[in-house]
Amino acid sequence: MAVISENGANTRNLITRLWSNRETRSVIIQIVTLTVIFATLAFIFRNVVINLDARGKEFNFDFLFHPAAYDITFSPFIEYSSRSTHLRAAVVGILNTLLVAACGIVLATLLGFIMGILRLSSNWIVNRTVYCFLEFTRNVPVLLHILFVHGLIVIQLPVPKKAVNLADSFFLTNRGFFIPKPVWESGSGLVAVVLLISIAFVVLFKRWAKKAQDSTGRVYPVLGISTGVIVGATALAFLAADMPLSWNIPELRGFNFSGGIAIKPEFIALWLALSYYTSSFIAEIVRGGILAISHGQTEAAHALGLRPNRTLQLIIIPQALRVIVPPLASQYLNLTKNSSLAIAIGYMDVVATVGGITLMQTGKEMETMIIVLLTYLVFSLIISGFMNLYNKKMALVER
Amino acid sequence: MKNRLLEFVVAVSAVALLSVTTTAGAGTLEDVKKRGVLRCVVSTGVAGFAYPDKSGVWKGFDIDFCRATAAAVLGDSKKIKAVTSTGKTRFTKLNANEGDVLWRNTTITFSRDVGVKLRFHGVNYYDGQGFMVNKKLGVKSAKELNGASICIQTGTTTELNLADYFHANGMKYEAVPIETNDEARQNYVGGRCDVYTTDASGLAATRSTFSDPNNHIILPEIISKEPLGPATRHGDDQWSDIVTWVYYATVTAEEKGVTQANVDKMKSSKDPEILRLLGVEGAQGKELGLSKDWAYNIIKQIGNYGEIFERNIGVKTPIGLSRGLNDLWTRGGLQYAPPFR
Repeated sequence: MAVISENGANTRNLITRLWSNRETRSVIIQIVTLTVIFATLAFIFRNVVINLDARGKEFNFDFLFHPAAYDITFSPFIEYSSRSTHLRAAVVGILNTLLVAACGIVLATLLGFIMGILRLSSNWIVNRTVYCFLEFTRNVPVLLHILFVHGLIVIQLPVPKKAVNLADSFFLTNRGFFIPKPVWESGSGLVAVVLLISIAFVVLFKRWAKKAQDSTGRVYPVLGISTGVIVGATALAFLAADMPLSWNIPELRGFNFSGGIAIKPEFIALWLALSYYTSSFIAEIVRGGILAISHGQTEAAHALGLRPNRTLQLIIIPQALRVIVPPLASQYLNLTKNSSLAIAIGYMDVVATVGGITLMQTGKEMETMIIVLLTYLVFSLIISGFMNLYNKKMALVER
Repeated sequence: MKNRLLEFVVAVSAVALLSVTTTAGAGTLEDVKKRGVLRCVVSTGVAGFAYPDKSGVWKGFDIDFCRATAAAVLGDSKKIKAVTSTGKTRFTKLNANEGDVLWRNTTITFSRDVGVKLRFHGVNYYDGQGFMVNKKLGVKSAKELNGASICIQTGTTTELNLADYFHANGMKYEAVPIETNDEARQNYVGGRCDVYTTDASGLAATRSTFSDPNNHIILPEIISKEPLGPATRHGDDQWSDIVTWVYYATVTAEEKGVTQANVDKMKSSKDPEILRLLGVEGAQGKELGLSKDWAYNIIKQIGNYGEIFERNIGVKTPIGLSRGLNDLWTRGGLQYAPPFR
């Protein structure tokens, strides 16, 4: 070891040594990174505190319990009037976001899978038509799709007085679609009980069929029998209980239709636009997932004597799903978050209610935005959680 | 070892946390003078009140008051920047310092003054909420609107008045919340709603843009008081004074007969109040932190209250509003300015 004569050289030497040592270098980098993160957070936090203080604003959630004083016409799940609290308005908004996201996910998945498979069709016209539709849809911002569908409904469909009338019970207007509402009468409890029993039977039957197949190799027509049991038993119960169902049919009264179920144009526009926009991405994911399975697998299955539909069902789809599910999850997240564009057409989701009108009327920007952010965060985490669970179930079991 | 490391990291971070500081902004007046441009929060477009004309120049009643403020502060009414905002974003934009002053047909209410922490400076337009319907419907009164679909601009006081009015009268309606006046217009014309409701002045302005304005009527009921006025942020008294007295200067000028055309002649008037207003006598400009001829600049470049009104929304314009409540107090209206003394 050389004798170190100067202090400065000593220090410099120490830093170089610390930096060139792998372990200490990573510690230094971690310290710097954490410092930057903490400093940024502290800056933001301080900024909020100082600015709220400068405006004389208090941070609290008391306003949630004051009357909201505004109306929300679209509240399919809970009662709401302008005398309800801001909290209730927030819940209405959250439920409306949930409704459009759930309906959107179902429809987008359905459309996406159909189009993804059609895209692989050997029929040139089908293949190209779907391709053109997908490219058009994917490459136009979703906000424009929403405004487009909403505009179509509002401008192209007739006013209630000239509604498109289907069998005097379904009405299409630019104020929404009005459909009959089922009214269950006494005796419908029996139908419900029979339905539940037949579902339970089907579940047990499916298990038994699988076991039977595993031990004897015999394949039972599970789908046919299940459908037959559920539909048949329920229909018999329905007839036996003297058809305990009547319909509340919408009719034109004054300005609008009343009675029945009203599906508002804002909901339809948002739902359809989000669904077909997201489905175009899902279609490509599905196509990619199926193409990822090598053709050798199909040939091997055929060589074993499996019929084509069994091949698809047992060999291709389970493997394709492993590829499809993770990106599918992020499409579901996108759809949910894109639903916040609802405000553009006046669908009362969580952004429009608590993040919009409540914010405006109370001036509680911080508090309301925190509620909105948390809502989307929780929704996204729930979707991610479910998709991860499903992914785990679908994952290849390695032996 | 690991724990020591963690402690160290936390300690370093804590020091960093303490060393972070924010600087408070200087007064709005200094900011505006330094920038050389006045930023006004205005609406996204209401005919007669705030709209860009064919060549993209902002025009209208609210815009003229913004220009008057710029004339007073910067000596040049052209030095404005219109910060557009929807009914929902306007206060956030003002409070986040994206604009210096709000001239945006905004109703003064308790919760906005106290809760949203704004400072309001007088009423430059006395308005009230009304309803517009197509004549074809044969509706003559707002009391006949039970069950109607109503387009409203979301985030406005009209939304609340509407809820109160229908609740109080035991009527039902379908609220169709809309983000901007333009979209409301499209939905109303497209038949999504039977009724459009907003301030009566806004209804007249919107109707003037229809291809068939004569087929629509504004119902006689005015269901609310909508005192519209400018707003600024809390905590800058000097700037608040300036905005307040810009508005009063236009009213005082009309009361005293000072117009854009005769303002130079009026500088040699015998009325001491006119002389004080125009900066010939007294030191009112200096006390406000402005030049001596601040009010002279307003009147020379923009005109008095009556001129601003008639030019943008008066009976001779397509909007065709009469002065009504907005006439001077001397003629039975409510426009009244405290003395320049």
